[in-house]
Amino acid sequence: MKAWDAIVIGGGHNGLVNACYLQRAGLDVLVVEKNDWVGGAATSRELTPGFLYSNCSYVCSLFRPEIMRDLELPRFGLQVISYEGGAVFTRDGDYLANYRDHDAHRREFARFSKRDAEAYDRYSRDVTRQCRFIQPLLMRTAPDPTSFKPRDLGELLYLGKKFAGLSAEEMALTLRFWTMSISDFLDEYFETDVIKANFALSGIIGTALGPMSPGTAYVLLHHYMGEVDGSVGAWGYARGGMGAVTRALAASFKASGGTIRTGAEVDHVLIKNGNAKGVVLAGGEEIYGKLVISNADVKRTFLKLVEEKELPDIFLRRVRNFKIRGSSGKVNIALDSLPEFPALPKDSPVYRADMHFTDSIGRMERGYDDWKAGRWSADPFLDMMIPTTLDPTMAPPGKHFMSCFVQYAPPKINGRDWTDADRDGFAESVIAQIAEYSPGFRDRIVHMEVRTPREIEAEVGLTEGNIFQGELTFDQLLFNRPVPGYAQYRSPVGGLYMCGSSTHPGGGVMGAPGRNAAAEILRDLAKPTLHMSPAHDVI
Amino acid sequence: MAQATRKKPVDTEIDTALEARSAAQSHFRTLRLGTPFQPRIDALGLKQDWYSWAGYRAPHSLWDEELEYFAIRSQAALFDISPMTKYRIEGPDAEAYLDRVTLRDVTRLKPGRVHYTAWCDDEGFVLDDGTLFRLSPTRFRLCSQERHLPWLLDSAFRYDVRVEEETEAVAGLALQGPTSFAILRDAGFAGVERLKVFDLAEFAHDGATVTISRTGFTGDLGYELFVPADKALSLWDRLMAAGELRGIRAIGYTALNRARLEAGLIVANADFTTSEHAIRTDRLRMPDEIGLGFMIDPDKGHFNGRRAILEARAKKKLRHVLVGLEIEGNIPAEHAIVYYKKGQEVGLVSAAMWSPMAKRNIALASLQRPYGDTIVDDLWVEIYAMRELQYQKLMKKAKVVPRPFIKLDRRTANPPADF
Repeated sequence: MKAWDAIVIGGGHNGLVNACYLQRAGLDVLVVEKNDWVGGAATSRELTPGFLYSNCSYVCSLFRPEIMRDLELPRFGLQVISYEGGAVFTRDGDYLANYRDHDAHRREFARFSKRDAEAYDRYSRDVTRQCRFIQPLLMRTAPDPTSFKPRDLGELLYLGKKFAGLSAEEMALTLRFWTMSISDFLDEYFETDVIKANFALSGIIGTALGPMSPGTAYVLLHHYMGEVDGSVGAWGYARGGMGAVTRALAASFKASGGTIRTGAEVDHVLIKNGNAKGVVLAGGEEIYGKLVISNADVKRTFLKLVEEKELPDIFLRRVRNFKIRGSSGKVNIALDSLPEFPALPKDSPVYRADMHFTDSIGRMERGYDDWKAGRWSADPFLDMMIPTTLDPTMAPPGKHFMSCFVQYAPPKINGRDWTDADRDGFAESVIAQIAEYSPGFRDRIVHMEVRTPREIEAEVGLTEGNIFQGELTFDQLLFNRPVPGYAQYRSPVGGLYMCGSSTHPGGGVMGAPGRNAAAEILRDLAKPTLHMSPAHDVI
Repeated sequence: MAQATRKKPVDTEIDTALEARSAAQSHFRTLRLGTPFQPRIDALGLKQDWYSWAGYRAPHSLWDEELEYFAIRSQAALFDISPMTKYRIEGPDAEAYLDRVTLRDVTRLKPGRVHYTAWCDDEGFVLDDGTLFRLSPTRFRLCSQERHLPWLLDSAFRYDVRVEEETEAVAGLALQGPTSFAILRDAGFAGVERLKVFDLAEFAHDGATVTISRTGFTGDLGYELFVPADKALSLWDRLMAAGELRGIRAIGYTALNRARLEAGLIVANADFTTSEHAIRTDRLRMPDEIGLGFMIDPDKGHFNGRRAILEARAKKKLRHVLVGLEIEGNIPAEHAIVYYKKGQEVGLVSAAMWSPMAKRNIALASLQRPYGDTIVDDLWVEIYAMRELQYQKLMKKAKVVPRPFIKLDRRTANPPADF
């Protein structure tokens, strides 16, 4: 019976990135995916005729350009379209916009506060300094601080040197950044509520924390590290939806000789004498492989796909305690026409940007209070956009696809599972909020896909529907991600690796975990990694 | 009916508020604003050679950058400085407050006087340089390149002072060159002959007041005029009419930039990086590192950054020095690397030109101490002159020289000469 060189469990973007790099290194790689399509949380499906949704992830910025280049993704159809800033609607019928032009941005802020308008440069300087500190770490394996291996010592030294290279003020800022709440952090720069709310949203997205919870400042940083084709900090739409990312990855993988099996759900990893030997599918079919790499999150991998007896107790306990709390949902809407927002001038670029309706930190925090109480936010925070204003391929002419990321949505409702009625109530909270700012909105709706944490877990396989495969709090970053001692993509089981967002450097459609895992695997196989571009310089 | 009449004013009020909001929102349609002088400048901007100065559409050059430069030196040049950031600082504690915020001793700045100053953050790094106008005992105007409202407001804690940004409300013009005084006199600004360098006074104009100071950025005889934005065009016309026979010309930034370099003046974020914009912390500079050490008055009492600055001086922690260089030959050394003994890299040229007035090849450079400080011999610059797609590499000797590179008697002569 055939034994593959490597079997990747899960065809999400990290699984595919990992598979691509291994295949290109000369391995014979099989990707097994439970769904009938690949993509994980980066998919675009046609659920109603003529409309393509970005079913889960919906914008692109963090995906590493080095990976796009190595895997020739533009050749396989990936194109990212930058979009133009965004806006927060205020309850008094106005809005605060973010424009890409520096001076337009300042003038817009000055409508609300001249002081805050002029505070933006210092804020931007400090955030940029922090990003430049973190960014080079994304494409490196985190060092094991307990190891005396030359490589770990070297990496620790690199980290230490980078930190020591900071000025006293920067060091202080770095530590504050990693531990502060986004609300406290913004208080250091701004005084106007809507301006703070405007920035705070990046600190809570995908995180089961409120804007006043310590640690949320780092989450903001995580969202600032991206780019679109060299335009730093820009966000864009993948043409054809986020599925275009994984379609291009799958095409690249196949073109280099890789094999994908969809509709193949893994029941468990086949382990003999502490070593992974392959996978067993739900139907009982055994597939043999010399290595098994899991793109599933760390909980799913080690609590569902691996038998407990194969794992050390401490590891198991830490995996069980890994924070991967569901906090968000997604509502995808097909519209028969472009919604109107009377607050916005008709020619505003904000129609082509991200829109929000939460105009104060207090409202965000109250939304989080609902989450803690075990219910979805009555007044949810939406990250809403209409990609079809820039990408005509996702809907029929004149019609539109609207993507709404919704927070907060707990993994369970008052301790019990979500019901269909809960799901409809959750969707209604979203529609009601949009309709408040867009008269006639309900009448434009042709079709809706509503995904609470229940649907995201069941369909995508993300535990509790957590979009980052584990929260991005400092206790779960770098050499503590996913758990101490196992931050280098290896696991207690020989030949079983992790490559999902549960590993360093974390979630977002970045591809770095998949790539870094491939580098470690090839190191273990003593294979060259010449086909992997080094990380871009930060000078 | 009575109800309707009562209701109407309320509606109108709401409509007016909405109109104002809509007008304020509409800035996204015009990314580069015009200044109050824009209609006149547009009419003269034959080259359509614009750049963004703090979000305003400003000319690099209007018709001929060489001739625009010579207008400064031989005639009179009119340059729109409206985009400069302006703060109105007023109150009983304004003097004490500014003395605390800025480097120089503001208690010695008399009403009716202007001084060039700078201000630092708490670590002693320069936030910006600019000019401080003392309009009355309790009222000042601070002009700068960058924006500082949060810093200025935060520093106002405990002072009885009001700080307001007034960039858009106040239009500014620089009138520079040998005939500038004669033009102002002929334009009817009686008494302008009494202004000595760094003096200011108010004059009547078009039912309002224009503040004229004998200041400028050219090292030449010259004046700066500030006027309410709605009186800008009439002021422009008044000067242009009076200057017609004295060669008055509107100019763009390229010409001004040459004149300022000859005058040895530095430009924020061109010759040094301001503290709030420096992403890389080794780019931060203390006043002593960019030639502004003369502003520091250790005896005047506390000012922002004082402790750090004095400590850096005492512990000899100053790492850079900004110097004027005279470079052999005639090829400008813009952004050239400075070497010691032709081999050791010790600094960078930030601005350079062949000076028509000094007839010398001049430059401003930032050097790593002790070079440029105690070691000033055997300095060289490597000029990469791109000529028809090839670098002509020149290693030229550089000499540290005092600034300004030119000294014009007419700048300070009293009364100013009638050219």
